[in-house]
Amino acid sequence: MDVKYHISESVGVPKMNLTDLKQGETGVLDSIKLPTDDARRLMELGFVPGLSVTSAHSAPGGDPRVFRVDGSEIALRRETARQIQLRPGSGPKHK
Amino acid sequence: MAECHDSSTATLPPLSGAEGRSHVVAIIGPPNAGKSTLFNRLTGLHQKVANFPGVTVEHHMGKVKLEGGREVFAIDLPGVYSLLPRTEDERVTHDVLMGTMKGLPRPDAVLLVLDSTNLSRHLMLAAPVLAVGLPTLVILNMADDLEKRGGGLDVAALSAQLGAPVALVSAYRGDGFEKVHQFLAGATNTPERVAARMQLPVLQDIPHCRQWAADVGAGGKYRAPAPPIWTRRLDDVFLHPVLGPLIFVVVVIAVFQLIFTWATPLMDGVAAMIEASGHWVGGMLPEGLWKSLLIDGVWSGVGSVLVFLPQILLLFLVIGILEDSGYLARAAVIADRTMARVGLQGKSFIPLLSAYACAVPAIMATRTIENKRDRIATILIAPFMTCSARIAPYTLIIAAFIPNNRIIGGFLGARAAAFLGLYALGFLAAVLTARVLKSTVLKSGKTPFILEMPPYRWPTLQSLGLRLLDRAKVFLHRAGTVILSVAVILWILASLPLENGKQPPIADSFVGQIGHLVEPVIRPLGFNWKIGIGLITSLAAREVIVGTLGTIYGIEGNEENAGLQNNLGLQKALHQDLTPGGAVALLIFFAFAMQCFSTIAVVRRETGGWRWPIIQFSYMTGMAYVCALIANQAITRWY
Repeated sequence: MDVKYHISESVGVPKMNLTDLKQGETGVLDSIKLPTDDARRLMELGFVPGLSVTSAHSAPGGDPRVFRVDGSEIALRRETARQIQLRPGSGPKHK
Repeated sequence: MAECHDSSTATLPPLSGAEGRSHVVAIIGPPNAGKSTLFNRLTGLHQKVANFPGVTVEHHMGKVKLEGGREVFAIDLPGVYSLLPRTEDERVTHDVLMGTMKGLPRPDAVLLVLDSTNLSRHLMLAAPVLAVGLPTLVILNMADDLEKRGGGLDVAALSAQLGAPVALVSAYRGDGFEKVHQFLAGATNTPERVAARMQLPVLQDIPHCRQWAADVGAGGKYRAPAPPIWTRRLDDVFLHPVLGPLIFVVVVIAVFQLIFTWATPLMDGVAAMIEASGHWVGGMLPEGLWKSLLIDGVWSGVGSVLVFLPQILLLFLVIGILEDSGYLARAAVIADRTMARVGLQGKSFIPLLSAYACAVPAIMATRTIENKRDRIATILIAPFMTCSARIAPYTLIIAAFIPNNRIIGGFLGARAAAFLGLYALGFLAAVLTARVLKSTVLKSGKTPFILEMPPYRWPTLQSLGLRLLDRAKVFLHRAGTVILSVAVILWILASLPLENGKQPPIADSFVGQIGHLVEPVIRPLGFNWKIGIGLITSLAAREVIVGTLGTIYGIEGNEENAGLQNNLGLQKALHQDLTPGGAVALLIFFAFAMQCFSTIAVVRRETGGWRWPIIQFSYMTGMAYVCALIANQAITRWY
């Protein structure tokens, strides 16, 4: 499995984030725009740049939503999911 | 299943230095790795809940019996994703492993429990734990799931990669424990050396750590299992946009129905047993003060509280099933939007839900909330949740005043509905308080809501059984200490001063005098002096009021039917003593007031001072008084 710490060079290109994935769609993680401790926690739970993530079930109204990443399912609120960006051109793909 | 002919010998070094001390082994692992199930398998009934000195993280400690009569102490540490001491849980795990935890020797060995179905991610914790340098057995749990879902690995190869012995087990089914016992027994005294350990990664860099884990997994010929089909199918239902919330509501109602309707025959059984034994013991004793103390004081007081044991155990059973099955995490997701609306985060949901059982463990559970202000807000509102101690007075008052009619098409009993209303009332008070606190003194930035969804599993009978045993012990301990002493003191105060060597009428006793003293204060609430005594004694613990009324009416009833007042008698007496307005006021008072020494003590410890518990006590009790007053006045005036 390829895991690299990816820092995107494509500045200026509108990036997709997790909330842009519809249920069942997959993208590749790029970066987390959150304070270090929160970003670490997310990475410990599988949100590591370079891994693929799939949008799954959600609470009524679509928030919070469950994401499948690195063999686990993690629920995040929309406000958190918005800060997790996808690699440009990586998604959304329907699995 | 993977090949299990691993050649490495898994051993513990011989006892060094400390003569006569048993080996201590720490069990650590990420949340949801099945640590507790494994711990229960290893220790069975030889375990107890304890607190680390100085901190309030609860942990289980137990004895593992090995062949040849030897014993090893096992400590079940809180679940962590890393060893960086950020939260209290992580600090405790870190300190225990480093040997810097006060009152605990450094563990002689570590059992690192990882989920074999999620190995690549869970192996990330192996790096820092192995780096600690203690003899470590890496336990890959959930072997049954891994096999069923078509995954696998080469245990020997993985062991070589990690430079540590590896055991593939299913704690759920109890498979693969020979190797764990063998490791604990330290059959041979030569600590092994595995040369080919992978270079441990730099711990701070998670992507690097993750890459290391992936490489180790690949070296161990790890094949990830297929996704859990049943979990996805169940989530299609439980997290369905329409069915999900519907099921959530049905589950909540069903829980109440179960606890408050189905528990009745069990409670009646216990009540009958206590009454029969009271009659039997009473019949063997000569008339006099000693008989009165034993029967009217102890038997009525403690007995009327013991009746609620089946109901409280049933509540813990249901919470246990919901938690162990994995549904609780889904319920948290469904409930999160509501939590967000009052300014709290999803992590507050689990403590608040356990506060329905008891505020003390709930307040301890707030340690997982990193944001201090969110944590204090959660601590302050937790006692509003209807804890199991409230069940006793609620049941008594409701049974005395509400007929057990069926409503809503026969689905819900009127009494269950009244209970549901009281639970809603407590919840509402908590929500409003949270809102006020979070928009004023405890305003804070947002902390992300991150919750792992464990796969659905059948709860094991052993885990549920041990949970219930734990709670039963706590309850009986309270009944045997707090409630017993209150009952005895109350009986003494109710029997003095003696008139001509006999017990005075209760209204003239010390208890009666105290009751009459407070009566003017509580009269507007619709309470008489007997209820007043109950309110005073229930400051120690809510359920004590039932025992107190049992004792008071027991002594009072002495003249007519020298015997034990059963619960039905207590209901009748209460019915005569309270107006409907007073009954509602009493229920509301119990819904809001902070009557629990244990909670006050734990809040003081958790918030590090008397400031918050004093604020909390005054606020809750003040609110209880005002709301009860309004309820009684309104009902008395309009009906």
